[in-house]
Amino acid sequence: MRRLAVQNLTGKPVRTAVLTVLAALLALAVFGGSLIVTSLRTGLHSLEDRLGADIMVVPYEATTKTNLEAIVLQGATGYFYMDNARAEKVLAREGIGQASEQFFLASASTGCCSLSVQIIGFDPQTDFSITPWIRRSFGGELQKYDVVVGNDLNAFVGDTLQFYGTEVHVAAKLAKTGTAYDTAVFTGEDTIKALIASSVERGMNQFTVDPDKVVSCILINAADGYTPEEVVNDINIHVKKVKAIQTKEMISGISDSLSGVRDVIGVLMAAVWVLGLAILLLAFTMSVNERRKEFAVLRVIGASRGMLAGLVLREALLTGVCGGMLGGVIGLAVIVPFNRAIEEQLGLPFLLPGAGTVIGYFAAAVILTALAGAAAAGIAALRISRMDTGLILRGDN
Amino acid sequence: MLEAQGIRKEFIRQGKGTNRLVAVQDTDLTLGAGELTVLMGRSGSGKSTLLNMLAGLLAPTAGRILLDGEDLYAMEDRALSRLRNARIGVIPQGQTALHSLTVLENVLLPVRMYDPKADAAPEALALLERLGIAELQQDKPAALSGGELRRMAIARAVIRRPQIILADEPTGDLDDENTAIVFDFLRESARNGAAVLVVTHEGDAVQYADRIFRMNAGVLTAS
Repeated sequence: MRRLAVQNLTGKPVRTAVLTVLAALLALAVFGGSLIVTSLRTGLHSLEDRLGADIMVVPYEATTKTNLEAIVLQGATGYFYMDNARAEKVLAREGIGQASEQFFLASASTGCCSLSVQIIGFDPQTDFSITPWIRRSFGGELQKYDVVVGNDLNAFVGDTLQFYGTEVHVAAKLAKTGTAYDTAVFTGEDTIKALIASSVERGMNQFTVDPDKVVSCILINAADGYTPEEVVNDINIHVKKVKAIQTKEMISGISDSLSGVRDVIGVLMAAVWVLGLAILLLAFTMSVNERRKEFAVLRVIGASRGMLAGLVLREALLTGVCGGMLGGVIGLAVIVPFNRAIEEQLGLPFLLPGAGTVIGYFAAAVILTALAGAAAAGIAALRISRMDTGLILRGDN
Repeated sequence: MLEAQGIRKEFIRQGKGTNRLVAVQDTDLTLGAGELTVLMGRSGSGKSTLLNMLAGLLAPTAGRILLDGEDLYAMEDRALSRLRNARIGVIPQGQTALHSLTVLENVLLPVRMYDPKADAAPEALALLERLGIAELQQDKPAALSGGELRRMAIARAVIRRPQIILADEPTGDLDDENTAIVFDFLRESARNGAAVLVVTHEGDAVQYADRIFRMNAGVLTAS
């Protein structure tokens, strides 16, 4: 009877194909939807990790002239500076635990990049947000004119790049984060100051600054006993011409968007499942009705009611497993290669989870689809197990 | 061997109030080993209903059917199904092929149903040879004529060498030559010890019969 289920499916290729495609649609909805939502969530966590600080302090103009969120969250390029005196005032405030200065510069087009890229410099002595991340890809110390490139940039270890006439060497390529940092270049304080100086000398920097006397932003972690909110309020009240921002607030917009996307995907998944289950139920019921005589013959030659129900359920499970795997493969084929396009379309950080999680979702989608198929066939199986063979044989003649 | 004791079958007619149709009146019938019994009658006289009740496929409204003293309808479905598979060969009316299987697979299905590893292919091929359709063994039923399908159903019904063979119009689609082959075959099965009941319109059947019954409006009479 096990073989009969397979033979019944292969013997009716059109019917089987329709049911399999339907099951694939269900699996695609649940697998694709889950993978997208999880990738967005992973991207958000990755962004939180990359921001790596409770607070960012930037010159006030950065929140008006330049869209800070566009730089940090969406991969736009831009730069701004505040003089060291203001930075020192910030660092003198109470409640500051860790603090590290960063320096921004946007490059012109280079050999490595079709667009200008964001260059972020950090102080290796005090940095607590970028160094731990770089350590995962690069074990050594960054020398002057060494840079580390984001995963999405078309540059590789050993390449030489040129920014404002200054050559730099790619020392490492970072792991993918699914955030704007994947298109950025990171380097030490000495190098970025040299690059800023070059840009000023060439008249290509919109500010005329002495790189030794400015910083772009200060990353801060609140000291024990202080909340980030308290520190932010204190800085904003007591230090003029700067803006302290809680990073949590910066990503709250992304978090809200993610919730919206998750809700939309949830509704779509539910709609596909309700419709798909209804069609599967109808298809199995029609199929069983059409095959009443066939089932009656099986009873005639000795099949029990349980065997008939088992046959129907086995066919449904096989269809569900095949369809589920097909749907999962289609989901992988669409989402994995096109994850950058999805990220750009949604405008949200998008980072695929690890292989284990993807395999887990794939297996769950296949199992869920197979069970859905079996559930849809369950009513048909129940009907067929209760049919009166004698009446069917009598009715057909 | 197979004994019907006071069996009766009533159907409720849909849409006609409480109108009951008595398809088979209170009937006693015994099918003995080695006997070929022919049951004749007009369409709608209750012949097939009686056969289905004897096969354990249609529960009677009243009465009992005993196989070697055991009441078929007192058995659990699983046990009754297994018993039918092993001891009762039914040749239903009409086309009864499983279309996803080949002719040979159709014939072997009763054997493999409870013993997937059983090798009854030589016996199945011998039966197909005997019934004149051996060359069609690998064909799908869709390629067979009505008469060939009927002979395939006969082979499938007897592959387990059942003690009881219940045939409902087994020669309905056959020409005279094949009709003779089928009746010869059923006669031989009876000679080999099976209890055979043939429901038929064929007048020629009487020459093969040990006993002949007629059915008229649900009433069974010996002739």
